[in-house]
Formats: sequence, C-alpha cells, structure tokens
Amino acid sequence: MSEPSITTIHSTPQPTKSRWLGCLVAFVLQIYLTAPAAAADEYRTVTVADPYLEMHTGPGRGYPIFNVVDRGENVEVLKQRTEWYLVRSINGKEGWVERAQMELTLQRDGSPIIFDDVGLEQFTNAKWELGVLAGDFGGANIVSLYGGYSLNPNVSVELWGSQILGNFSNGWMGSINVVHEPFPEWRVSPFFTLGAGAIHTKPKSTIIQGEDRTDQIGHVGGGFRIYTTRRFLLRAEYKSYVVFTSRDENEEVEEWKVGFAFFF
Amino acid sequence: MESRLRVLFLVVAIVGLSGCAATKNLFGFGREEAPPPSAEPPGQVVDPQVERREIKEPAIDREDFEIGGYVGIMSIEDFGSNVSYGVRLAYHITEGFFVEGTAGQSKGGLTSFEVLSGGARLITDSERTMTYYNLNLGYNILPGEVFLGEGRAYNTNLYVIAGLGSTRFAGDDRFTVNVGAGYRFLLTDSVALHLDFRDHLFDIDLLGEEKTAHNLEGHLGVTVFF
Repeated sequence: MSEPSITTIHSTPQPTKSRWLGCLVAFVLQIYLTAPAAAADEYRTVTVADPYLEMHTGPGRGYPIFNVVDRGENVEVLKQRTEWYLVRSINGKEGWVERAQMELTLQRDGSPIIFDDVGLEQFTNAKWELGVLAGDFGGANIVSLYGGYSLNPNVSVELWGSQILGNFSNGWMGSINVVHEPFPEWRVSPFFTLGAGAIHTKPKSTIIQGEDRTDQIGHVGGGFRIYTTRRFLLRAEYKSYVVFTSRDENEEVEEWKVGFAFFF
Repeated sequence: MESRLRVLFLVVAIVGLSGCAATKNLFGFGREEAPPPSAEPPGQVVDPQVERREIKEPAIDREDFEIGGYVGIMSIEDFGSNVSYGVRLAYHITEGFFVEGTAGQSKGGLTSFEVLSGGARLITDSERTMTYYNLNLGYNILPGEVFLGEGRAYNTNLYVIAGLGSTRFAGDDRFTVNVGAGYRFLLTDSVALHLDFRDHLFDIDLLGEEKTAHNLEGHLGVTVFF
C-alpha cells in the first residue's frame, strides 16, 4: 500500500505579476467573463469529513448559515475569495464556506487537502514584492511605487519610482536599491538599503523663476518589513539622500515613508 | 501410421525434456519448491494490483481582485461641477480589508471671478482638465444583505476608504488626500454595482492665498471580481 498522496491545491493565478498584466487587458477579461462559460466547467469535488459543512449566504463571518451538508456528501468548490470558498452541494445549493471548515474535507481519493496557506514562511522566501509607500521627502510629500526581487532570503534588489509633490516644486525620482535583511524570518524584519538613481524637479507654475533640473542621487537607509496577513506586509523606512547637483554644494534630503506591499 | 508414431514419440520427448512446472512434480520427481517469501503481512490475502488513479484536480478559481469603471459628478472648488469618470482596481486582502487604486478625470468650469470679469482667464482650457490617481485602503464596515421581494437576496457592503495620491489641475501636480464611503451591491457573486462619495483634498494657491480645496465627487460604478 502506498501512502495516500497529499496534494497541495494551487489557486489559479498565483503569480501576481501576471495579475498586473491581466489588469491591462481588463476589458478583454470582462468580455471573457460575460461570455457564456464555453469551456466545460469542471470544479474540484471534495467530500465532507466533519459532521457537517456550514454554507453561509456571503463570504463573511456575519452572513447567516442557510444550509448544511452532511458528512460523506460531496460538494463542488466553485471559487475562492479571500478566506472563503463558494461551494455547490449535490442538490444545487451554492454558499460560502470558511477556510477552517474546508480544511476538514477530503479529496475524492480519500486523502486530506492542504490548501495553499500563505504565511510567514512565504514572507521570508517569496521572490517578488510590490508595494506602495508615502511620506515626507525633505518637507515635500512623496508617493512611491516599488517592485523587488529577492536574490536570496537576505538580499533583494528593488526598483523605485516616486512622485514628489512639494510647495515650491514637483518632481519624479527613480532609483535602484539593494536591500539587506539580516533576520528575514522575523515577523518584524529590519532591513538596510543602499541605492542610486536620478531625480527630476520642476518648479511649480505659480513660481516665476526656476527651471527644470535632473540630478543624480545616492542614498542609504533602513526600515522594517512587518508581516500582517496572507500576502500582505507593512513597510516603514527612512532614507538619507544626497543629490549631486551641478552647483557647488550637494543637497542632502531626509525621507520618511510608510506603506504596504504584497509578496508573491 | 508412421506419422502417428512420429507424433507420439515427439510428444513423449517434449514432455520428458521440458521439465515444465506442470509435469515436473506430477509424478513426484524434482525438488519441492518453497513458495516465494510473501512480502505481504500474514493477514493480507489479496494484493490489489490497482494503479492509483491519477486524478487531475482542477484548480480553484481565486477571485480577490475587483476591476471596473465609474461615472459621476465632481465638484471642483471654485470651478463648478462637471462629469467625472474613472477606473478602479481593488485587491481584497481579507473579508474586511481591501486596497484600491483609482484613476479618474473631470473638468473644471469658470470661477465666479472669471465669469464676472468678462474675458479674464486664470488658467488655460487644457489646465482645466483634472486628472487624478489615488491609492486607498478600504474596510467593509457594514456587510449585509438586502432583499428584493420575497425570493431575492443580494449581498451588500458599506465601506469606507482613505488614501492619497496626486491630482493634476491648473498646471500643477498636487498631493491629494481622499476619503470617502461607498456602497457595494453584488448583483451576482462576481459582478457588483457601486455608489461612492469621496472628498479629494489638495492645497491650491491659484486665487491668491493658499488654501485646502475640498473637491467632492459622487459616482456610480460597475466592477467585476476576477
């Protein structure tokens, strides 16, 4: 007798990078969604192993339970939204079941199901990260978007694009960073960063003098990545910039930012 | 006759030489062979030589993203109200929290000053176009159900959002904070209608002194979960 195989369910579009690409073809997708489901709708069937499976009217704790499926009966799993699964019972009733109950169901061959659980381990080992931060850049407001790729759990490379919105000037900044995390397995993981890039500033239209400038920048910094839930993390950081201006003196700018990010 | 004898001898020769299992122990010749040592435990009578079925289980479709568009009215402080429209993309982190990005456009009219003064213009026509983007965190504060008649129930959510972004108006990019509330009405499990009210706040010094402008926007939208 061979051991019953334990299958891990991979939810469909795991790599969120393809999701972002998917956004671009949103309208194509909408057409696809509204088109009649041409491909034979085949859903995963699981068997209830708990005394019963509770079906809620909506994907949330507060929605009432309107149907229960007894032990030994099969249900089809139609889709997943956050931690809730839409299932269809044999008599055609559709309802939402929470993850904790779904984990107590069995596959058709009798083996237990392990749902793809994203946790601290993925937080440490995930390859890609995408996030948004905002804060203060030398007195101006700054909104930043970044994408990171982990070379290993300790070292990653990040690409940043920022919009700077100040009282006297606006601008754009792009930079490439190397990030080092000494303790990537910690829930609150400190990091140090080093980077270089360019900044483009343009004075506000209500200010008469001044001209557009593009300067090179270098920076050092540090901060924390804080794992919250699922693929989600909070990030807070400080960076000290040196702007290599064409004038006699270089400018130094301090930056504080907080925001959130996903890993995948 | 001769050929029959030949066949008979041939059969005897084959049986004698072959030593096949069927004949070998028939007359007590040959060594008694011990049965092969059984790999099965003593209780096992039948070893089911059944190939485990390779079941290709279909993956579960994940629908955490929500994409859609909206149309509404935006009141730009000092510049009147006009039609606004935009797109939104949301990612649902938990049943409560979601993050959302919106990008939209509207157009400012004439200020009272410009109307009264006749020909004077504070900004050019192209500068009156307002474009904005915002990145928001949202929370489904009041999830619920509504009932249409006896047989129909729809899931709904009242949510609040807050976030920041940038607005391009009157020739400059302006740091913008936006707060608001919305109502999500799920027509099906995947299609939702939205009614949203938002306030976009940014600083503007176009009319002399710098002030924080409140730009209220109300819009109706449709989104699809995917």
